[in-house]
Amino acid sequence: MNIVVCLKQIIDYEIPPRAFRIDRQKKKPAMPDASLVIGPFDENALEVALQLREKAGGGRITAVSMGPESAIEALRKALAVTADEAVLLSDPAFSDLDPFGTARVLGAAIKKLGGADLVLTGRQSGDWDAGQVGQLLAEELGAPCVNFAFRAEPGGDGRVRLYKETPGGAEILEAGTPVVATVTNAETNQLRLAKVRDLMAANRKPVPTWSAADLGLDPAALAAGRIEVLDLYVPTYDARCEFVTGETPEDKASALARRLVELKLV
Amino acid sequence: MPGIVIVATAEGQGTNPAALELLGGGAGLAKALGCPLEAVLVSGSGTDPAGPAAKLFAGGARRVYSVRHERLGNGSPEAALEALTAACRRAEPRVVLFSADRLGLEVAPRLAHRLGGSMITDAVALEVRDGDVVATRPAFGGKAMEQVAARATPQVVTVKLRALEPAALDESRSGELVEVPVDLDPGVDRVKLVERVEEAAEGPKLETARVVIGGGRGVGGAENFKQLEELARVLGAALGASRAAVDEGWVPASWQIGQTGKAIASDLYIAVGISGASQHTAGISGVKTIVAINTDPEAPIFERAHLGVVGDHKAVVPALTARLKELLGK
Repeated sequence: MNIVVCLKQIIDYEIPPRAFRIDRQKKKPAMPDASLVIGPFDENALEVALQLREKAGGGRITAVSMGPESAIEALRKALAVTADEAVLLSDPAFSDLDPFGTARVLGAAIKKLGGADLVLTGRQSGDWDAGQVGQLLAEELGAPCVNFAFRAEPGGDGRVRLYKETPGGAEILEAGTPVVATVTNAETNQLRLAKVRDLMAANRKPVPTWSAADLGLDPAALAAGRIEVLDLYVPTYDARCEFVTGETPEDKASALARRLVELKLV
Repeated sequence: MPGIVIVATAEGQGTNPAALELLGGGAGLAKALGCPLEAVLVSGSGTDPAGPAAKLFAGGARRVYSVRHERLGNGSPEAALEALTAACRRAEPRVVLFSADRLGLEVAPRLAHRLGGSMITDAVALEVRDGDVVATRPAFGGKAMEQVAARATPQVVTVKLRALEPAALDESRSGELVEVPVDLDPGVDRVKLVERVEEAAEGPKLETARVVIGGGRGVGGAENFKQLEELARVLGAALGASRAAVDEGWVPASWQIGQTGKAIASDLYIAVGISGASQHTAGISGVKTIVAINTDPEAPIFERAHLGVVGDHKAVVPALTARLKELLGK
């Protein structure tokens, strides 16, 4: 089974709100020293792929990332947890693409790879969080899309069994290939740590970079976005916290209980 | 004339509650753009669309395109996508508004792709500028807000629950009901349902509860959530959690509150052992009063909380439960 995992390198999403800075002119985050990480749900997607390969007793995992040259680090990390190969999609024409443009580039790359049985990606990126690329990629590939998947297993007759989180619980689905799945977090799909030996091997693996020309894409057509970001700003909140005090935890609890009753909140 | 089309689903003789919010917000767009307000009604084959359509007319829709099929009642996004594509090809909308619920999250981007339009997700406010829809939406886990303009038509937007003022109902209003035949492509069977697993649902639902208790990484383990359950019982509250607690496996994923979990809009939210990562606080912006209990006085949750206790929840929560029992006479 050929599995492609699409990963995005993003600014560390754990940066606390008070440290978050933006450049309002450029409408972009402005934290040059912030660490870059793989999107949280993309990590979950990678783990789902690794577990599927184990359960199937074989298969090939290709990690694909569209981004600047720094995104090679995200791909190295994927190789270090034993993705079989990686491809970086990098071109000045790929910067600032909207989700439609991103899906077009990823779709072209997957076609160039010879297609995939299963394409996995996070349910949303963890930065701009549009939550569109996986689904748009399904349209680019003419494939069905299973959203909020948290686990994948080999199904019958070459199909893929996907576990989908639903508001009321879960659904177990079987999909013919090719299929795209967007992955959500669960207890079972936190990305494993790389072994030291694999880390070193990952650094030696060649990672090809494909440009717009390599993918046969017209930069002008990609640039014609369907949306335009007009403004990006940090919201302000006017809550002022009233701290309930007391000598002991029990005193504090009593004081809080009284306040809740006084304010008619309970 | 291309209009504003809102997507509604039939629920019994009415529609999903979000449909009225979309009609309320859609009416503003329709007025600004000088175009009609319409709706697509999605229902399973057993439903008579007349009842739900009447509600949509009362809420201000002038025309309702009804798509009905047995496959539309079971939450299959592939079937819903086909049906909505057919309805929109008929309606030729300028703007399509979805609620950012599962149907919207799973179908809207693909519909926009099929119709050659644009897509904006998770809007919390809508306006019209220079003839285009401009939406405000959270990004970067709620640490930033962006304003995005749609530049391709139809302009498809998913809107967060409770972001828009619901339309007032006027039962004297009527409109035209148009049945759109749904001829599902056999491709919808590329994904087959094998089994549905329902979690036993107890107590009030997170999305609609008046009081919610949430636990985070600081709660320290699945066992410790029992203390929160006790408190929830006394207050008739729903229980939720931060992503960290879900990732630890302490509680089911359906408990998750936050940008990638459920959004709550309770009168009271008590956050226990929750640091207040913006991923989490993005899901509590509709809460009226936030109470935080945390050992760390520097935790960002206190920047959002109205009432705070700095202390160990393992001691505070049982004492709070006991005291509230007395005060409330329970």
